[in-house]
Amino acid sequence: MTLLEIDDLRVAFPGPSGPVNAVNGVSLKVDPGQTLAILGESGSGKSVTAQAVMGILDTPPARISGAVRLHGRELLTLPRKQRDRISGEEIGMVFQDAMAALNPVFTVGHQIMEVLRVRRGMSRADARRRAVELVDRVRIPAAKDRIRDYPHQFSGGMRQRIMIALAICLEPDLLIADEPTTALDVTVQAQVMELLAEIQRDSGMGLLLITHDLGVVAEVADDVAVMYAGRIVERGTVEQIFDGPAHPYTEGLLASMPRVDRRDDVLYAIPGAPPNPARLPAGCPFHLRCPRATDECRTVLPPLEVLPANRASACHHHEEVLGATRR
Amino acid sequence: MPPGDDVVLRVENLVKHFPLKGRIPFTSGGVVKAVDGVSFDLRRGETLGVVGESGCGKSTLARMLVGLEQPTSGAVRFGESVVHTAKGRELRALRRRIQIVLQDPYTSLNPRRTIREILLQPFEIHPDVLDRRRRIDRIRDLLDLVGLDPDLHLDRYPHQFSGGQRQRIGIARALALQPDVIVCDEPVSALDVSVQAQVVNLLERLQEELGVAYVFIAHDLSVVRHISDRVAVMYLGKLVETGPEASLYDTPRHPYTSALLSAVPVPEPAGRGQRQRILLAGDPPSPVDPPSGCRFRTRCWQATETCATTEPPLAAGVHPVACHFPLAA
Repeated sequence: MTLLEIDDLRVAFPGPSGPVNAVNGVSLKVDPGQTLAILGESGSGKSVTAQAVMGILDTPPARISGAVRLHGRELLTLPRKQRDRISGEEIGMVFQDAMAALNPVFTVGHQIMEVLRVRRGMSRADARRRAVELVDRVRIPAAKDRIRDYPHQFSGGMRQRIMIALAICLEPDLLIADEPTTALDVTVQAQVMELLAEIQRDSGMGLLLITHDLGVVAEVADDVAVMYAGRIVERGTVEQIFDGPAHPYTEGLLASMPRVDRRDDVLYAIPGAPPNPARLPAGCPFHLRCPRATDECRTVLPPLEVLPANRASACHHHEEVLGATRR
Repeated sequence: MPPGDDVVLRVENLVKHFPLKGRIPFTSGGVVKAVDGVSFDLRRGETLGVVGESGCGKSTLARMLVGLEQPTSGAVRFGESVVHTAKGRELRALRRRIQIVLQDPYTSLNPRRTIREILLQPFEIHPDVLDRRRRIDRIRDLLDLVGLDPDLHLDRYPHQFSGGQRQRIGIARALALQPDVIVCDEPVSALDVSVQAQVVNLLERLQEELGVAYVFIAHDLSVVRHISDRVAVMYLGKLVETGPEASLYDTPRHPYTSALLSAVPVPEPAGRGQRQRILLAGDPPSPVDPPSGCRFRTRCWQATETCATTEPPLAAGVHPVACHFPLAA
């Protein structure tokens, strides 16, 4: 059964000159044990999508419509209290900046124990034992002593591990990780991604990974949804996306990325910059930067069309792109 | 010894220690050894990439190269001049020749000045470079060179530009006085993936046209490989390996370089799980109290007692490595 189902999700924020449409009709599914990566640049709506699923957007100002179902149960229409209970117990969250996500005036042990005591009704001693187990689980040496430390006493990579321990302490079915390794050095990033993959293997939870890093996606994702200007422009398995993209934006992103394992003479550069979500162009939002744009692209918004092999692309010229990129 | 003909910048045993305050007032709490003996030559028109993790001292190195930071010891030589002892006319001349492009295009441009004012400023500081009447033409050429439209953009303010455009303005400013060396400190890390390539291509094109040499400092190993002729790997204030781009990336000789390279995700899902990945344990140690001997030994899988007692030197040569047990090529 599908773990998470998002259907036609839309999120808008009021702006000085009319609403800013951050998410414009996103639909996707995550199965248990599956890793779905949402790939996008700043302003693409990937983080807002995650925040809407987690239920941490304030409404107002945000206006949310569509459906978010966890285990088939609609979350968006639930009363606040029930919603908080579900997103607290069944959805774990990991953010980019652990220093901002952890409370600086409590020890990390206190923060983990508080969750266990409130949600699970554990005694202080049981909660402490479990907190030590969890901190040990995320491979922090001397867990018994370290739970008495404050967040600032940990390095960046260690803080990220603490946040992972906090996110998995109630054994959620779904983990949402928003740029979990972006602030980390590459050697530490490898450690944290390895840890996430291992926890996922053991627990069978679904992972929704929000990132801008193509390399991380290629290493860990099963499926990929590429977002641009608040829409999913391409969706498919990680092999489909990387071996033969069906959208010119994905095609451009892959061509513009330098490689560590070989040297390319010239990088392809996508011209221009991502559009301002308050002033999206008519037609396809990518047409101003697209080498394949035609008159149709400038006027008609391409829908996300399902193609053979259960992939999808929102491009009028997806056949042409596929013909050019398929190896 | 003055640098040879093709060497434009020579860095000799550069050291920067920052003193720390102790817990008790007026006592010392030790020193942060941010840069601890770095030497290299930069040749005319080449790009030297410097890679390393956060805290390895690469930004402090950048600031010393352009004279923004006084070294504790060592020297940066440009021709006959030494960057940190030069005074008066000699210093002004030096500053013209060595420029810097900073990471954050949002804070490195004055928000209250138009692009015209920002680009004219270098000529106000160095008025003898160009006659006043010809400066506007020059800055229009500069904007043109970095891919901006002088008619459209000259009288706008920084906030009216995107991140990528602002970085272009920063590059135009660095180029204004026709320097021989530009130190780029993480010039593309704040930019979106789709915009990074634009700026990287621009830097490469400018080097071809103008023959300027870059010191390109970044944590992104893929970008550094793409743009560099030679690469230096830094760990805890020291260079551990330097070499030509292809040789260093294809046959790394220092265990740290090897681990660093293996940690970079490759955008090819097909090879997943087959790649050999060296997972380093823990974080880099503190630069206040670096390990004895080889600084990498606490995270190195082949460290022996020798590594704890003797510091391996970085020898001269094409592809030198500071390791007692370098990996086989």
